[in-house]
Amino acid sequence: MPESIPQDSVGLVQPHTLHVDQPLELECGRQLPSYDLVYETYGNLNASANNAVLICHALSGHHHAAGYHGMDEKRPGWWDSCIGPGKPIDTNRFFVVCLNNLGGCHGSSGPTSTNPETGQLWGPDFPMMTVKDWVKSQARLADALGIERWAAVVGGSLGGMQALQWAIDFPERLRHSVVIAAAPKLSAQNIAFNEVARQSILTDPNFHGGRYYLHDTYPRQGLILARMVGHITYLSDDAMRMKFGRDLRSGRFHFGFDVEFQVESYLRHQGETFSRNFDANTYLLMTKALDYFDPAREQGGTLEEALERTRCGFLVMSFNSDWRFSPERSREIVNALTHVGRDVSYAEIDTPKGHDAFLLPIPEYVKLFGAYLRRVADEVDADGQ
Amino acid sequence: MANDAQRIREWMPERNDLSLISDWIPRNATVLDLGCGDGALLAHLKASKGVRGYGLEIDQDNLAACFENGVNVIEQDLDNGLDNFQNDRFDYVVMTQALQAVLRPDRILAEMLRVGREAIITFPNFGHWRVRSYLAFKGRMPVSSALPYEWYDTPNIHLCTVHDFETHCRKNDIRIIQREVVNRDHRSSTLPRLLPNLFGEIAIYRVTR
Repeated sequence: MPESIPQDSVGLVQPHTLHVDQPLELECGRQLPSYDLVYETYGNLNASANNAVLICHALSGHHHAAGYHGMDEKRPGWWDSCIGPGKPIDTNRFFVVCLNNLGGCHGSSGPTSTNPETGQLWGPDFPMMTVKDWVKSQARLADALGIERWAAVVGGSLGGMQALQWAIDFPERLRHSVVIAAAPKLSAQNIAFNEVARQSILTDPNFHGGRYYLHDTYPRQGLILARMVGHITYLSDDAMRMKFGRDLRSGRFHFGFDVEFQVESYLRHQGETFSRNFDANTYLLMTKALDYFDPAREQGGTLEEALERTRCGFLVMSFNSDWRFSPERSREIVNALTHVGRDVSYAEIDTPKGHDAFLLPIPEYVKLFGAYLRRVADEVDADGQ
Repeated sequence: MANDAQRIREWMPERNDLSLISDWIPRNATVLDLGCGDGALLAHLKASKGVRGYGLEIDQDNLAACFENGVNVIEQDLDNGLDNFQNDRFDYVVMTQALQAVLRPDRILAEMLRVGREAIITFPNFGHWRVRSYLAFKGRMPVSSALPYEWYDTPNIHLCTVHDFETHCRKNDIRIIQREVVNRDHRSSTLPRLLPNLFGEIAIYRVTR
C-alpha cells in the first residue's frame, strides 16, 4: 500500500470501457459481433491529438500499466517503472493509452466475459486471437479516442510484437514503433515451452474442457505449473543464481519432496499467486497468439518483405541475458529493417535480469528508452507548431 | 529540422575532419558510419544533404546522444564484422578515428569495401615528426593531444603511418581516390601536403575497390 503517492507516479487512475458494436473479423475466420475494451489513460491528449502513445501488454499483462487504483493497492501498474512524469514514457509530454487485449481476463471481452449471443460465459468458446486481431481492435480504440496517428506504439515481449505488427498493418498511423525484448516469430524452443504450459492446464482434472466455471472450480495446479515453467524462462541462469543460489529454506536437507530450496519456494509462490489472478482459458489463448505470430509468413515470404510496408521509425531493444527472446532475435528485426532502409535504432542492454528486465528500472535501459522518447516528443512538439 | 541544423553547426567546428568528410559525400547518398560517436556527422549529412544511413556504436552515452539527435544508431561491435549488411548496401562507409582501435583493421577495411562502394577513413598518423621525436628522444611511447593515452590503457592498439596505410592499400588492390593530410586542428597546409608522413597528424582517405 502506498502511504503517499510518489512524485513520479501518474497517481490514482481508473479504467474506462469502450463498447464496440462494429463486428471484428478475426484471422481465425470467426467474428466478434460486439466487444468491450477496457483501458486506462495517463497524461493529457494535446489539441492536435498527436502526442498519444499506445502501450501493448505482454502475456499476462493488462490495462493497468501505471499508477494506483486506490490507496489500498499494494503495487502500482505493471510498467510503472517506465510510465509517469519524468519517466521514459513521460506523462508530462505524452497521452498514454493502455488496454486489456481481447481474450484477456481483466475486463475486456474474453473467456471470462459473457457471450452476448448466448448469455453464457464465453469460456473455451471465445475465438482464438492473433496479434493482428489485437492490433485491429486497438485501432478501433484509437478511432474512438480521436487518435489518427500514435506518436509511438510501445511494447515488450508479446507487446513488442504488437508494436511491430502495428508498423506493418497501419503504416500511416504511427510515427514510431518501440519493440523491446521481442522476436519476429517464436522459435521451436519457445513454442515447446508454451506447449508444456498449455498441456499442464489442459490435463489438469479441474480443467473440464475449459468449462471449469460450470463446476465451480478452476485448473489451479495446471496454472501453477504453467506459470512456473514460464517464470523460469523469464529469468536468466545468473539471475536465479544471484537471487537464490542453492539456498535452503531451513538450512538442511529433509530428504523429501516438500519445498527445500529457496528457488522451489519462489516458483511455487509465483505460480500460486498467478493461479488466483489469471484465467486458464486466457492463458491458453495468449500463448497461442504468441505461437502464431509470424508477420513474414503472413506476407507470404521474408521479414524484409513484410517490413517494406512500414513507414515509421523503430527503436529495438534487447537484454543480453534474455534467453527467451535473445538479442539475436531482436537483431533479426533490426537487420530486416536496415535491409529495407527503414529508420531504426538498436540497443542491447547489459543486465543479468533476463527477459523480465524490460519491466525493471535498469538505469542504462531507462536512459536510452527515455532519450529516444524525448526525441519523439520533440518531433511531436515541432509538428504541432 | 531548423533546430537540428543549428545544433549541428554548434558542434561541427570541433570536428573539422567531419566537415571535410561531409564535403566528399554527395546529396542523397547512403552512409554507414562506423563508430559514429554522438551522431554529429550523420545528423549533419541528414540535415544538409538528405543523406540516409546508420551509425554503429557501442558506447551507451553515445547511443543516447544519437537517439536524442534523431540519428539511426545500432549497437554493434566493429570487431564482430559487418555480416549483417549485404554487399554494396551503402554508397559510403565512414570510419573516423577508429581504424587504430579495432582488433583487425585489415578485416574491417575489407568489410567496409564489401558493404560500401567507397570507404572514407581517418586515423592519427603515427609517422608524424612529433610522434617520431617523442619516441626517439624520450624513448617512451608517444602521448599527445591526438593520442592522449598511456601504452597500457590505450584503445589505439593498431596505430599506423600514412606509409603503412598506403602500402596496405597497394598490396590489397584498394584504390585511393582522395587523400587529405591535416594538422591537429584539421587544417590543411603546405608542409603536410608536401611530406604527409612526416607532417600530417590526421590522415583522411577516400578509397574504393
